[in-house]
Amino acid sequence: MENTDLLVDWSRAQFALTALYHWLFVPLTLGLTFIVAIMETIYVKTGDIWWKKTTQFWMTLLAINFAIGLATGIIMEFEFGTNWSNYSWIVGDIFGAPLAIEGLMAFFMESTFFAVMFFGWDKVSKKMHLLSTWLVAIGSNLSALWILVANGWMQHPVGMQFNPDTARNEMVNFWDVFFNPSAVSKFLHTVTSGYVLASLFVIGISAWYLLKKREMRFAKRSMIVAASFGLITSFFLLTTGDESAFEVAQNQPMKLAAMEGLYKGKTRAGIVAIGLLDQEKSVGDTKEPFTFKLEIPNALSFLGYHSLQAFVPGIEDLVFGNKKHGIMSVKEKMKEGKIAVNALASYKQYQKEENSQKAKEALSTFRKHERYLGYGYLKSPLDAVPNVALTFYSFHVMVGLGTWFLLLFILVLYFAMINEIEKRRWVLYAALWTIPLAYVAQEAGWIVAEAGRQPWAIQDLLPVGMAASNVASTSVQITFWLFAVLFTGLLIAEIKIMLTQIKNGPEEH
Amino acid sequence: METISLYTLQTYWWLLVSIIGALFVFMTFVQGGQTLLYTLGKTEDERDLVINSLGRKWELTFTSLVMFGGALFAAFPLFYAVSFGGAYYVWMAILFCFIIQAVSYEYRKKPNNLFGERFYEIMLFINGSLGIFLIGTALGTLYTGGNFIVNDLHLSHWATSAYGLEALLVPFNVAFGLMLVFLSRIQGSLYLYNNIDHPDIEKRALHSLKTNTLFFLPLFLYVAGSMLLQTGYSYDPQTKVVTPESMKLLHNLMAYPLLAAALLGGVGSLLYGIYIALFKHNKKAIWYSGLGTVLAVTVLLFILGINHTVYYSSLADLQSSLTIENSSGSHYTLFAMSIVSLLVPVVLGYIFAIWRSMDKTKLTITEVKSDSHHY
Ligand code: HDD
Ligand code: HEM
Ligand code: HEM
Repeated sequence: MENTDLLVDWSRAQFALTALYHWLFVPLTLGLTFIVAIMETIYVKTGDIWWKKTTQFWMTLLAINFAIGLATGIIMEFEFGTNWSNYSWIVGDIFGAPLAIEGLMAFFMESTFFAVMFFGWDKVSKKMHLLSTWLVAIGSNLSALWILVANGWMQHPVGMQFNPDTARNEMVNFWDVFFNPSAVSKFLHTVTSGYVLASLFVIGISAWYLLKKREMRFAKRSMIVAASFGLITSFFLLTTGDESAFEVAQNQPMKLAAMEGLYKGKTRAGIVAIGLLDQEKSVGDTKEPFTFKLEIPNALSFLGYHSLQAFVPGIEDLVFGNKKHGIMSVKEKMKEGKIAVNALASYKQYQKEENSQKAKEALSTFRKHERYLGYGYLKSPLDAVPNVALTFYSFHVMVGLGTWFLLLFILVLYFAMINEIEKRRWVLYAALWTIPLAYVAQEAGWIVAEAGRQPWAIQDLLPVGMAASNVASTSVQITFWLFAVLFTGLLIAEIKIMLTQIKNGPEEH
Repeated sequence: METISLYTLQTYWWLLVSIIGALFVFMTFVQGGQTLLYTLGKTEDERDLVINSLGRKWELTFTSLVMFGGALFAAFPLFYAVSFGGAYYVWMAILFCFIIQAVSYEYRKKPNNLFGERFYEIMLFINGSLGIFLIGTALGTLYTGGNFIVNDLHLSHWATSAYGLEALLVPFNVAFGLMLVFLSRIQGSLYLYNNIDHPDIEKRALHSLKTNTLFFLPLFLYVAGSMLLQTGYSYDPQTKVVTPESMKLLHNLMAYPLLAAALLGGVGSLLYGIYIALFKHNKKAIWYSGLGTVLAVTVLLFILGINHTVYYSSLADLQSSLTIENSSGSHYTLFAMSIVSLLVPVVLGYIFAIWRSMDKTKLTITEVKSDSHHY
């Protein structure tokens, strides 16, 4: 086989590219569907035709965004097969189920009622139309649910057992997979982040109208709906973010350490509020990791373990082991893992030779060491460390922006309530410029989650190198560039169309 | 749950996958319609009418394709791994053809859409022609085999560096692809004939129905004939060893007369639909042709998996071939998913109800123009 590192890198790059693109469109759908549903509810309740226009304006923007969400989504599902085919076999028994359920429960609901939402104004009753709009919102959030159950399972695999005969993991408990705490916190945090983004989107565009002194009534009304929705959901976003960090600490301590640039573990660990990593620092040397930092004491211990005194293991403790805190080194885990890998191979061999006694022995050796199976495929202990700088900065960007969004919602809501919002131009400018920041926070969040999980495709069980398809890396390169060009072209088209619709304004509807 | 055997569950899931695949093939009337845009619409208004009529259904077709993939992933993960990861170029090309469809309806008429109206129409054409042709070719390989090798640990790789494109050299696969293209155009004509209220377009739809049927029939006879008469592969239920068997699929049909009847009924219903449209100007024709397509395609896919047949034979290493037994999910997963599958009738039910209420009145140019949202 050819150089697999290159293949794996390109496959990762391709997945990251397509996922990051998909995620440019999904959060807006998740939140805006709810916002238009709320607006339409006001319309149906009050009968005020004005609210209908407002609803229809935001719906048009939703439709433009939705289309490209579908375009980028279809590729993701099939990429598990095309680029991660070993993965698809090894964990498909667990992983495939939520994806199929997603299609059946969510996608059909979305696409059926989507048509009613757009073309049914004069064809079905008002109530039926409103119901359809709500069903689109629920459908899109259900699709997030199932895909995040799948993703949560990769971060924290539960409810399954390795079957040596088929050489894959098989599901033994569906409910464990569904109620996986990682999946629950992931779902709540992620959909809420979509609500926050959509609120910022509506507020930012409304602010632009106010700055241009256009559509004043429309803009102020939209702003109040969005700022209220955004403020409430922001609190929830912070809470679920905290819960996510707690889950990470339990199941992926290495990710947590990378998120905080924590090389040496400590009790009463603090959170770096602002910090600059030393690029020269490498695992195991004596350098200080930070050239500069501002710390909030004890906060990390609290965030990760909900106790101010808790010990938070650092990257070096996790790599080299820490007897005092009962942490095994990666080297030892690799040794265990190799035993498991070899035992599996002998089991297969003995089975072929129909030597059932020996096969049984091999199997019991395998069972003893299977917990560390994934480590058996690592080449060096340092492979277990993700990209620290990427994870650290992404995490801090996300958290910093989350705090800013909360503040912005308070400001906007306050000034809108006392009816002075159009006079506070700095708030309006801030709101406008926060739209791109909302997207930055979104993408940063996923980079924390996915880059911080490296080298694991499935935490501790399957490194990415084992997960990839055996295709030539040039094929993946070709498709990577095709995607890059195509998606970028479509993105530019989408932005241009949106901007034109916004400039034309709601009166066009 | 232990009382239901693994084999029963595998068969049930193969049936479901066949049905979803067949529903998708029926739903490609959207793609067929896309390729007829300029044949049916001579003025801009007429083309807008065609696009808006198709545009209210395209997402369902798209979603059926996603669902087909999802069901395969959950129920037959080894197929997912072997075929998608091996015939890489073919599947990627198919995906590209669908990515460009998803935005085209929404963006085509919008001001300032960067590439211009014609660009999106070309994308719709590519999706309808190349996209369907490639899907047909890929489905064809279920009958002709693929160049894959599966090792002891069930990890697989492809044995040619064309990664699936070599399938285009097999006449059967090409004929299969073309057949699907013409079938989708037949359904597209019938759908638009039913859905639109515009005398000129209706006349043109019937004309296009006629020409496309003339292309479709010989291809269908060739494909169905070679499918049933060619040498297939079966496996021994005990040893799992795969061996060639002449006329395997025909034997399967003879072993299950009910399926043979369903196949004949399906083909009959399809032809009847075409007949009443052409000669009786009956607008309900799409229901007959649609039902017929779903029945016939379901049977043709289903007989590949049952009766100890190999559904995806390997040209590179015969014993690597896939059967519903060696490629499925575990008993637990298949059972859990079977419970979820009880939702299928509910989903089909609401789709049908919504579809009915939205299509009560036929679409006209006036309506498209006055609608608050249109493509
Ligand atoms: C508007 C976007 C946004 C904002 C402001 C925040 N998050 Fe977030 N965060 C996300 C959007 C997001 C996300 C994109 O939805 C992620 C990516 C993966 C996931 O589960 O959600 C995420 C992931 C994510 C993870 C990683 C989960 C994992 O690895 O599985 C943690 C620990 C946090 N977040 C914590 C926080 C905290 C403590 C915040 C405090 C302000 C915060 N997030 C604000
Ligand atoms: C890698 C994993 C992912 C896969 C395989 C995937 C798959 C897909 C597919 C196939 C579609 C098109 C659906 C259709 O036919 O209607 C889609 C759209 C969508 N996906 Fe994803 N997706 C992924 C990540 C996510 C995540 C993380 C979320 C939410 C948290 C999400 C939420 C949505 C939503 C709401 C839509 C509706 C369309 C839109 O957003 O514009 N997806 N996705
Ligand atoms: C839509 C939001 C998502 C974004 C933005 C995202 C982002 C990323 C990124 C940046 C990588 C590359 C990591 C690296 O190579 O360092 C990656 C890899 C991957 N992600 Fe995601 N991800 C998303 C959702 C998901 C979901 C929902 C799943 C599973 C259901 C998933 C499964 C994977 C897999 C299988 C890989 C490839 C293997 C790997 O590199 O770990 N992703 N993703």
